[in-house]
Amino acid sequence: MTKKQKKVLYRIIVAAVLVLALHFLPVEGWLKLLLYLIPYLIIGYDILRKAALGILHGEVFDENFLMAVATVGALLLGDYPEAAAVMLFYQIGELFQSYAVGRSRKNITALMDIRPDYANIQREDGQLEQVDPDEVAVGTVIIVRPGEKIPIDGKVLEGSSALNTSALTGESLPREVGSGDEVISGCVNISGLLKVETTREFGESTVSKILDLVENSSMKKSRSENFITKFAHYYTPAVCLSAAALAVLPPAVNLLLGNPAGWNDWITRALTFLVTSCPCALVISIPLSFFGGIGGASARGILIKGSNYLESLAKTAYVVFDKTGTLTKGIFQVTKVQPSSAYEEWRKKQSASAENAEEETTLWSSLLAPAAYVESYSGHPIAKSLREAYGHPIEQIRVRDVEEISGHGVTALVDGVPVAAGNAKLMEKLGLSYEESNEAGTVVYVAVDGTYAGYIIISDVEKEQAAEAIRRLKAAGIRKTVMLTGDSRKVAQYVAARLGIDEVEAELLPADKVTCVEKLLEQKGRKEMLAFVGDGINDAPVLSRADIGIAMGGMGSDAAIEAADIVLMDDNPVKIALAMKIAKKCLRIVYENIVFALAVKASCLLLGAMGIVGMRMAIFADVGVMVIAVLNAIRCLYVKRE
Amino acid sequence: MKKKYKIEVDCANCALKMEEAARRVEGVADAAVSFMSQRMDVNFAEGADEKAVMAAVEKACKKVEPDCEVFYR
Repeated sequence: MTKKQKKVLYRIIVAAVLVLALHFLPVEGWLKLLLYLIPYLIIGYDILRKAALGILHGEVFDENFLMAVATVGALLLGDYPEAAAVMLFYQIGELFQSYAVGRSRKNITALMDIRPDYANIQREDGQLEQVDPDEVAVGTVIIVRPGEKIPIDGKVLEGSSALNTSALTGESLPREVGSGDEVISGCVNISGLLKVETTREFGESTVSKILDLVENSSMKKSRSENFITKFAHYYTPAVCLSAAALAVLPPAVNLLLGNPAGWNDWITRALTFLVTSCPCALVISIPLSFFGGIGGASARGILIKGSNYLESLAKTAYVVFDKTGTLTKGIFQVTKVQPSSAYEEWRKKQSASAENAEEETTLWSSLLAPAAYVESYSGHPIAKSLREAYGHPIEQIRVRDVEEISGHGVTALVDGVPVAAGNAKLMEKLGLSYEESNEAGTVVYVAVDGTYAGYIIISDVEKEQAAEAIRRLKAAGIRKTVMLTGDSRKVAQYVAARLGIDEVEAELLPADKVTCVEKLLEQKGRKEMLAFVGDGINDAPVLSRADIGIAMGGMGSDAAIEAADIVLMDDNPVKIALAMKIAKKCLRIVYENIVFALAVKASCLLLGAMGIVGMRMAIFADVGVMVIAVLNAIRCLYVKRE
Repeated sequence: MKKKYKIEVDCANCALKMEEAARRVEGVADAAVSFMSQRMDVNFAEGADEKAVMAAVEKACKKVEPDCEVFYR
């Protein structure tokens, strides 16, 4: 509890004890009023002060005013205990609310506990010095010891370690890094000492961006929140006027008809009406629900930029995916190596006649090696994946007479043996008969020593969780899933079929993707939302065109974080369904609270006006409903782990 | 120009009122108050003097919620 809250708590305890004691004192009249004024003022002085200031400033209709009028009215009517009790319960409710809000705020900041406090810089004498991360220039070498957070994005110069990325991604599996690897701020260094050269300023680092994003998220208000603002604007004056009418009109009518006026009864009813009407339950519980939902999601590596997106996400019916980097890893890998029988025979003959048997065997042992060697000078992504799959250092002096035939492939002499690698056209050009492959992906045909030696398939690998992600979205009630890609139709259809995606648009240019999404936007119903999921780098226009843009954060890709409304920190598409689940739960709680609070209040207002329920019920309708609504709202913070 | 200020405010409704009050101050293009993160974002109008405008904003906020606090760094 804060100091302020503690002070209120003491006031509550003192006032409560006094009220209880007075209950058993047999006093009447003026003395009773004076005695009850003590707890009343102890507990309510600040509310009376605020109400008075409000009236002076022309801000009449607020909660303080409601409470002040209701209790002063009760005092005038001689209901002293009631006046003190109303104030007391109102303060208990306020204290509870402020405590609950403080707790969930703290909870959320703890979940997002990624702000580094310092960076270690090595001084000339070898001593470590702790400095403010804000003051570290780009290119500075910082030291990160085990157990410390990486304060600034950078590149590992020395050392290797495992990093805990869970605060950023919600992923519990540690990530291994070694020298040369990029590391992002906010990760916790688990095992080894790391020397990191910073590549960004602190303000530009991932951790700052994320904190900024999360802090900003409560600034973008949802429709429900705006509704409450407008609602409160008209509600309080309306209630005050009704209460005034309730106090004055019926007695006036009674007088006109010649009956006794019954002022006391009607004024009591009007005061009950006022206490009941306080809109706090709605005003506090709705932003709290959204705040909790956003906080709970960020603990799972889902960053949501505003409550309004939580609202749209709950109504999403169409999910459009970009293929590369979203459903697939975006890394081209060798997925199949198929040597021909002729090559196998040739290889055996080679290793038998080799002078240095060991070396020769490594070079010709697989079809990958000659392919990697012949492509060793090429910067093409395919060449890169071949070299990566080969996995050994390439001695480029062994390659001579490299000739790149544009649109076909490469030929060269490797250790004096002619090797060719390329597409079907290259094989035809060389006049070789080859075995055609129908598999999805890019096919590289290889010829060694003038004979066809087999083929290698290079394709973009699906993410392990992609099929699961689609399945869960369907289970969550998504009407249609669509995949857009610039890739060839054959590959696109193959991937879509494997993942269970409903519709595919292939061979698209970035601009075509916008057109496709626009077409889908026209098709969908007015209340249905369309989400686009992309890796953000070249999808920015589509991300902003869709109702909700979801980006794969790609561990620190700026373009993604900026263009999208929702960022998945660990690039795991399964999180989309989880985000929808959180959004739906949050919205359900918001509606529960709205309906519950309005229903209880409406019935209490009605019963109070008819004189059936008294002040006690009014206090429940005010404080009780608020406590229940706040407790319900706090549920938003908790997301079940699977 | 957009600036963020830490604030202290005790009730959600007061935060809403502060937001409205801040928006009406001359020199403020837009303002947003978040009760949950106890923060006020002010978007200043072209050529507005930050100090003078914020003094007016604070005054306007104190008028609707006497207990509120705005912190400057």
